[in-house]
Amino acid sequence: MSASPSPSHGQINTDLLRPLLKTSWKFYAVVTILGGIVVTALVSWLSQMFYGFGISGIRWPVYWGFYVTSFVFWIGISHAGTLISAILRLVDAGWRRPVTRCAEVITVFALMIGAMFPIIHLGRPWLAFWLIPYPSERLIWPNFRSPLVWDFFAINTYLTGSLLFLLLPMIPDFAVVRDKSTGLRRRVYTLLALGWRGTPKQWHRLESAMAIMAIAIVPVAVSVHTIVSFDFSMAPVPMWQSTIFGPYFVAGAIFSGIAGLLIAMAILRRVLHLEQYLHPIHFENLGKLLLVMALLWGYFVFNERLVTYYGNEPSEMAVFWRTQRESFAPLYWTMVTGNFVLPLVIMGIKRFRTITGCVIASLGVVVGMWLERFLIIVPSLGHKYLPYSYGIYRPQPVEIIIAGATFAAMTLLYVLFVKIVPIISIWELKAGEHQPPDTTHPAAEERRLREQHS
Amino acid sequence: MKAVYALYPDGHSAQQALSRLQAAGVHDRDITIQSAQPMENFEFGHRDKATWMWWIACGGGLIGMASAVGLTWLTEVSWPINVGGLPIFAWWPNLIITFELTMLGAILATVITLVVTARLGRGSTIYDAEVSDGKILVGVVNPSESAVADLEAALTAPPGAQLKKI
Repeated sequence: MSASPSPSHGQINTDLLRPLLKTSWKFYAVVTILGGIVVTALVSWLSQMFYGFGISGIRWPVYWGFYVTSFVFWIGISHAGTLISAILRLVDAGWRRPVTRCAEVITVFALMIGAMFPIIHLGRPWLAFWLIPYPSERLIWPNFRSPLVWDFFAINTYLTGSLLFLLLPMIPDFAVVRDKSTGLRRRVYTLLALGWRGTPKQWHRLESAMAIMAIAIVPVAVSVHTIVSFDFSMAPVPMWQSTIFGPYFVAGAIFSGIAGLLIAMAILRRVLHLEQYLHPIHFENLGKLLLVMALLWGYFVFNERLVTYYGNEPSEMAVFWRTQRESFAPLYWTMVTGNFVLPLVIMGIKRFRTITGCVIASLGVVVGMWLERFLIIVPSLGHKYLPYSYGIYRPQPVEIIIAGATFAAMTLLYVLFVKIVPIISIWELKAGEHQPPDTTHPAAEERRLREQHS
Repeated sequence: MKAVYALYPDGHSAQQALSRLQAAGVHDRDITIQSAQPMENFEFGHRDKATWMWWIACGGGLIGMASAVGLTWLTEVSWPINVGGLPIFAWWPNLIITFELTMLGAILATVITLVVTARLGRGSTIYDAEVSDGKILVGVVNPSESAVADLEAALTAPPGAQLKKI
């Protein structure tokens, strides 16, 4: 297949700055609808603060419900961006250029949303500052042996690193917007561009900084979800105390992150008309990655289940059967279908590995991964070691509204971001001269070369 | 005259202009080059490449690590709490805090080094908005009046040059 001519610098500027410089009524309509949903969630949260935690379904013995499920889910989704972007930068994958910023934005916003849940879950959020490990004479903190304090350090390090990892390559693009705009917008972007001129020294320093941060951010990303898994595996609860939880959570996080990224890319491509930049090959490559992660997820689940089954510890087996063939079975098998069967079938067959196929598989994975977090938390907490600690969990409207509205909040933040920052890195696209990826099959290329040499 | 510069449509012309300026006796530090993307395929794209950023990042990491050890050690010794029979100063959990603050130190040191060494926020005498459209700017700031004619000749020689003075 021959490559279509790559867009000129002017064309790239025009295409990628269009969403910033022109605003249609659709933008306001979307912001109003999403804003309305977010405000509804805020009102629900306020009512929870006012009436107390009694209006939620969280009560003894299941103290972790939708809120902690959503916390773990969103922290997982955050692995879409910085981690994938950092790895692709380190291996210098040319096809990453249009993808990286779409991904990095997801990380920052998903982390912000995820980090809100421990505060919502506190019940008295005005005491959230107790999480900060400052020396105190209340003998509560500092306790560096608590996984919750580890969360505080890990999430804040990852959020700071991800935010800077997103912001640094935006500086040259702010300079482009500065040069292409007028009036107040020009003044704002002049400030944001920090006097960027594009001298060789500035480019070298930026690229060195990005390389260092890419190296630093990968282990931080891995540590974040490992530490989130420690919130579970450090507790004596059936099916939680497992050494496999760290890598299992990290793999699940990357898995859901890729799914989130694929959905975001497909929407951006369609809504912002980025067909010239986000090619089917980008979806196919990420789709293959989704397939690998689906297999890895299946491997971890198989390990976890088999070891528990062979251990045959009564309390663990009770949770095991609750999820597999009793009350939670419908959710469990939906999770398996969404996380394993669907991506395996759709991404495993080349002709289904289209943009639509990727979106369908990704939606399955997002649903499946949310259920996975739920099924780790609720069945175990509702069926601990002794019968006196058995209980059920019924999510109440306040929790459903808040957990559901986070999807609207994520979309709203993304829409607003796209309005103020080019969603594809302009300078990186230009640096790569944006050749549409060669989709020639390796065997065909090999044959061509053989014929050429014979 | 504050500056004389020319805009070029491609890296080859910009490289030629640079070589001519150097041949005319202009020192490297007096020549300004600006582009809309890194130009690593050209010699001028490799100017000012040497940096201590990697070492500074390591230094930042060490400071972060020392801060973490200090924070955990001092606070645990000052406010001892018995948690599940763990030692008051427990290395294993403290390693997590140490790791996170080490990485945070490295990241922050990198960003500070970038801002300082790339002279962000301090602007420059020459700039042309056409750089954003893909033009490459090569110029000299504060040239002496006697040298302007030679500089103009050097800058206009490469094909596609668009001379400007400010």
